[in-house]
Amino acid sequence: MSAVTAFLTEYGFWVLTLIKIALLLFIVLTVNAYLTWFERKVVALMQSRVGPHRVGPHGLLQPAADGLKFLFKEDAMPGGVDKFVYLLAPFLALTLSLASLSVIPFGPKPLPFSFFGHQIDLWITNPDIGLLVLFAITALGVYGVALAGWASNSKYPLLGGLRSSAQMVSYELAMTMSVVGVLLMANSFSLTQIIEAQSGRTLWGWLPAWNVASFHGGFPQIVGFLCFFIAAIAETNRVPFDLPEAESELVAGFHTEYSSFKFAMFFIAEYTSMITVSALCSILFFGGWNSPFPATWTITYYLPSVILIPFGLWVIYDGIKYETIFGRIILPGVGTAIAAIGAALIVFPTVNEYIQGPFWLLSKIFFFLFFYVWARGTLPRFRYDQLMNIGWKLLLPVSIANVIVTAGFVLFRSNR
Amino acid sequence: MSAPLIVFFVLAALAIIGALSLILQKHPIHSALSLIVVMVALAGLYLLLGAEFVAAVQIIVYGGAIMVLFVFVIMLLNAGAEERTNFSRLAKFGGLPLALALTGLLAAAMVHYGGAAPNTTSPDALANTSNLSNMLFYTFVYPFELTSFLILVAIMGALVLAQREKS
Repeated sequence: MSAVTAFLTEYGFWVLTLIKIALLLFIVLTVNAYLTWFERKVVALMQSRVGPHRVGPHGLLQPAADGLKFLFKEDAMPGGVDKFVYLLAPFLALTLSLASLSVIPFGPKPLPFSFFGHQIDLWITNPDIGLLVLFAITALGVYGVALAGWASNSKYPLLGGLRSSAQMVSYELAMTMSVVGVLLMANSFSLTQIIEAQSGRTLWGWLPAWNVASFHGGFPQIVGFLCFFIAAIAETNRVPFDLPEAESELVAGFHTEYSSFKFAMFFIAEYTSMITVSALCSILFFGGWNSPFPATWTITYYLPSVILIPFGLWVIYDGIKYETIFGRIILPGVGTAIAAIGAALIVFPTVNEYIQGPFWLLSKIFFFLFFYVWARGTLPRFRYDQLMNIGWKLLLPVSIANVIVTAGFVLFRSNR
Repeated sequence: MSAPLIVFFVLAALAIIGALSLILQKHPIHSALSLIVVMVALAGLYLLLGAEFVAAVQIIVYGGAIMVLFVFVIMLLNAGAEERTNFSRLAKFGGLPLALALTGLLAAAMVHYGGAAPNTTSPDALANTSNLSNMLFYTFVYPFELTSFLILVAIMGALVLAQREKS
């Protein structure tokens, strides 16, 4: 026993990191699966449809069914493909998008207990150049799509791959330029320091000092945020910038020739990068884990409970009158669990305090994910020349102007 | 053997294998992919030396932007596998001895100045991002701006060449 303890005290950091990685992967892949469910439900509601509702209560088991379907489908490989590159492309796409999650900090405080003397932070790693690491991974992310298109040895995937590489290279520029304002205000590349710089209040305490509205260190980054979000949607190949997979023109774009789980890997990669971009938007412009309310409003600490308990009760009520017996058993069970978590947060204030940071960050991430789905349900696709015009003639000059204005304000304030 | 040394040898091996593969591969896309491996391995080596900013920029600029353009052009031209010819006589009798001589020279220089082992405990002189920016924008601001001017001239030259047919 003591040998194990000695080993864990010596190499606890590595073991802890591996555990955290496994946990984060599990959570993110589950969230990914339910993101597809959420997207289909919301888009269905927007279009006056029901959405998935056959598998499980409210179609909640649909992601599991989809996953099984992906696993058991025939893994067809078209003739004449470049085998190595064809197999490499989905791995590249999935690995890079999952790797980008490793630098995202999810909460301010380390957990109150330690792992054999090693502090448990709510992030996997927190490098001084966190934002640059993210951009480096994004820069490499183009290859998954481009190589998939090229290796498939087919015309539609090739066109999709070409489109995507051109699009991603163009929008990466605007995306990188639009965050320079934030960097000027925070004076750091580290994501935790960027969040810390946004704590406090601005405008005589009326608004939280988030970069999007703060006069604290410089100039409100509302323009930078809009540029960043638009460019990031284009980077993740989502509507209205989903030209690489425009189904009316290119069948399914770069992943036309991929089937079974290799297709699922592209799918997961796309949804994971949606989560990363939403997290980045919240961290860079919307204060990360900072609450929108002043710290003196202690009553807002109970907000997680106020949301969870009624939601759990509603799920119980909805489950009791659900039409299938399975639903009548499962839904009240889930509802009870949710309500119990909410109640537990009131009973244990120390736990509640630790929940605050992650709660606000996850709420903001959820909002941006909803925004993605909202845009998909609302907007038509851009034409290719429009896409290039927006990227080069609108977003890039505007974000450069934003950099100049912010730099001017920062200089003015530091000289005063 | 310490952990940084192991990482160094893994990255160095990756870079050398990538570079060899770059030359030996027949298809341009495979060569481009090998070059990306070299770039990323080099970025890892910079990181090992503590130059995190340079490492990130290495991946963003070389691994990302420049190599994406390479891959893009290869895809756009739909370049096929290259055709091999026999070694030219100049390469056989002039190239190989010269390459050997250059390798020997480099090895001798490395052995002479501080040995071949990497110095993993380098001071933070270049590592810190703010130190680096201070050097670029205070100490070496004129060479830096002149270089950017040079790149601007190159961009304008490319534009002129691309636009020539219209006039």
